[in-house]
Amino acid sequence: MELPAKTFRVTRADLVRYAGASGDFNPIHWSDRIATKVGLPGVIAHGMFTMALVGRAVAEWAGAPDAVLDYGVRFTRPVVVPDDDEGTEIEVTAVVREVTEDGLTRLDVTATCLGEKVLSQARATVRTAR
Amino acid sequence: MSLDPSFVGRTYPPTAPYQVGREKIREFATAIGATDPAHHDPEAARALGHRDLIAPPTFPVVVTMAASRQIIEDPALGVDYSRVVHGDQRFAYTRPVLAGDELVCVNTIEDVSSRGGHGFLTTRTEVTTSAGEPVVTAWSKIVVRGEG
Repeated sequence: MELPAKTFRVTRADLVRYAGASGDFNPIHWSDRIATKVGLPGVIAHGMFTMALVGRAVAEWAGAPDAVLDYGVRFTRPVVVPDDDEGTEIEVTAVVREVTEDGLTRLDVTATCLGEKVLSQARATVRTAR
Repeated sequence: MSLDPSFVGRTYPPTAPYQVGREKIREFATAIGATDPAHHDPEAARALGHRDLIAPPTFPVVVTMAASRQIIEDPALGVDYSRVVHGDQRFAYTRPVLAGDELVCVNTIEDVSSRGGHGFLTTRTEVTTSAGEPVVTAWSKIVVRGEG
């Protein structure tokens, strides 16, 4: 079963807010000068910010904010966030891989930006909604 | 960058307790657009059977990232932080992090390897309350990119 896709818009302001909230002030997430100096095309989103947005999608699909029991991802490609009002977009979809008899649902999640996968092996186990 | 494989299995001393505050959970939830009332209103969290606000699933990174400096900054291991890229991240939850928790991290190096000039370091962090109640286990794999 495929779950309804969710789309998250990401702007520079979101990255600054996430930096403050998470304590991750790596300048590649706010300075084009530093990002390009280390070989990136420009400022990129924190991998953990992408993981957080996908985690939100998982919790929303599960139908409860405390339903996520296991959640893991591999970061495969940076999410480049241009310095404009539109920013970029991350699209998240998932398929239900398994529903166990003891009340667990396992999801395989896909997250893309501009049509390219930004995560691989993104998997979550959630409590099956009653 | 090659990392010393003899670090596999090394466990570091517990970190100083981290106090999880309501406002930090609200700030983090707002930053990721998580509007579920259980992240913002203690009554909504209590209605789900929790004693206080529920942190979103990736909130533990606030605590574990700070704790991982123990390893990243271990001069004997010699990681060059400017060359570090986040590879994998996983959380296995015993229960959600709640406002009012006092969390302690114990870091263990699970795996060290080198491939194609890059170093790979996998750490496991056991996050418990200061009373020893398990809350969440986090695994993080970082890549230390080689020169050139």
